[in-house]
Amino acid sequence: MKLRQDLAIIAEWIPPQSRILDLGCGEGELLAYLRAEKDVQGYGVEIEEDRVVAAIRRGIPVIQQDLDQGLKNFADQSVDTVVLSLTLQASTYPRQLLLEMLRVGREVIVTFPNMGHWHARWQLGVLGKMPTTDALPHTWYDTPNIHLCTIRDFEQLCADNGIAIHQRVVLNERRRSTWRNRLLPNLFGEVALYRCALVAR
Amino acid sequence: MPAQIPADSVGLVTPQTVTFPADLQLECGRSLPGYTLVYESYGALNKDHSNAILLCHALSGDHHAAGYHHMDDRKPGWWEHLLGPGKAMDTEQFFFVCANFIGSCKGSTGPASINPETGSPWGLDFPMVTVRDWVKTQADLADHLEIEQWAAVIGGSLGGMQVMQWSMDYPDRLRNAVVIAAAPKLTAQNIAFNEVCRQAIMTDPDFHNGRYYAHDTKPRRGLSLARMIGHITYLSDDAMRTKFGRDTRGGKAFSFGFDVDFEVESYLRYQGSSFVERFDANSYLYITKALDYFDPASAYGGNLAEAFARVQAAFLVVSFSSDWRFSPERSREIVQALYTCNRDVSYAEIEATHGHDSFLMPIPQYVAVLSTYLQRVAEEIGL
Repeated sequence: MKLRQDLAIIAEWIPPQSRILDLGCGEGELLAYLRAEKDVQGYGVEIEEDRVVAAIRRGIPVIQQDLDQGLKNFADQSVDTVVLSLTLQASTYPRQLLLEMLRVGREVIVTFPNMGHWHARWQLGVLGKMPTTDALPHTWYDTPNIHLCTIRDFEQLCADNGIAIHQRVVLNERRRSTWRNRLLPNLFGEVALYRCALVAR
Repeated sequence: MPAQIPADSVGLVTPQTVTFPADLQLECGRSLPGYTLVYESYGALNKDHSNAILLCHALSGDHHAAGYHHMDDRKPGWWEHLLGPGKAMDTEQFFFVCANFIGSCKGSTGPASINPETGSPWGLDFPMVTVRDWVKTQADLADHLEIEQWAAVIGGSLGGMQVMQWSMDYPDRLRNAVVIAAAPKLTAQNIAFNEVCRQAIMTDPDFHNGRYYAHDTKPRRGLSLARMIGHITYLSDDAMRTKFGRDTRGGKAFSFGFDVDFEVESYLRYQGSSFVERFDANSYLYITKALDYFDPASAYGGNLAEAFARVQAAFLVVSFSSDWRFSPERSREIVQALYTCNRDVSYAEIEATHGHDSFLMPIPQYVAVLSTYLQRVAEEIGL
């Protein structure tokens, strides 16, 4: 079973036999892999009808639910890890969602497309148009991505809300981690992956 | 009448009857001196009896889930849209069993059956039966059919309640539980509707305290009214608007009287009067009480997750957006409880306009979810 690079990194971060929640699980690729390879117990959460069916086809427990309605049906600290993969930018209340995830899980894994990427900056700053990239292919008028942010923005959000970043990986447009991304992540990173938890009080 | 049976129907079916002579101890504390179940089956049971699926029917349903009894039947079984060769519930893969529950009036022992002690119909002397009792009788049927473990138990509405009870009472006897348009217990509003229906029946002068059989009559007006009320709650506002709007019967002008003016009135009267011909009023009383009493969490201080703690089955829970009698919110409670106790559960909330009755309809997303889930079940048991 081969996973997309960003999902493979998430999979590495998840300990075997843990219990997880994958928000916006799509067709359940990550969970299928984790259940098969790491004996992980997990649920997917997905709103889109076809994806719910696809996840069921893979044998993934999937709960059809709108993340914008919150996570109140999931009890405090009821899973080890909550994953939100490339979905934060499409949520109506990203900050609330992130805090809700930290309520439900001991740890969260969040990934998002970085708007600070040089290609996006070039399109907005020089060409004067809203950026479209591989990770953000939609035009401004039909995009589901309503809360775009940069790596710097996300880390500011974490700092302001008592969220500790335990691990970060930044991938370039070919979904690789190179010296350039590591040196200037906010300029050369197209997708950012974070592993966070609430700062111990 | 089908001029010819459609290729995707199970075709002509013959109900079977089985009698269990031993005393049946009931939840209410009383017992039945033996009982009879009438059931139907569709598809073929495989060699190791691993492909059997139990279907649980709802209030006004019965054992006749699919196909036809005679070539001149006007209508097929109640789940015809979803059950048959190549359908969401595929009779080419699975062996389906559907039994009429006791207390009903379609052939299984109920208030219209003869009480062996008196030689006359039970009427209201029939003991109160519950969802739990039904599940017990279905387990007897499973033993009779030599089915150790169901590949799945599936039910909609009151049928979904039986599915949940199965998973709690016989955790190792079902691999999958499919709970459709159900609730972990009825709300006060829901019980209220049932009570109005019961009052309609019991205050009918022809009710004779349930002994109307001896008077060669039945509480037609009461039962018909009960059905009309029930029917309104099974449909959505939207569905009624689309189906009838304010259309008058035959496009006629208002009569300025109290006879039928609107199509919706005509439809409800028809539903009411045809129901009287096919359903026993006492059964309606007993079954609505079983609905009201169902609340497996009550034995655990209202904690549904604890009620599910021993469950082994994987669950599929389905609800419909326009269903206000068994709303998606109630299904979400089931899902939440199963999540809390670490059971595998999938949940689909289907966009549908037909209200509670949606669970009987071939809505594409519903069909996709159900057939995909059962396909997965088939793969898991190696069919």
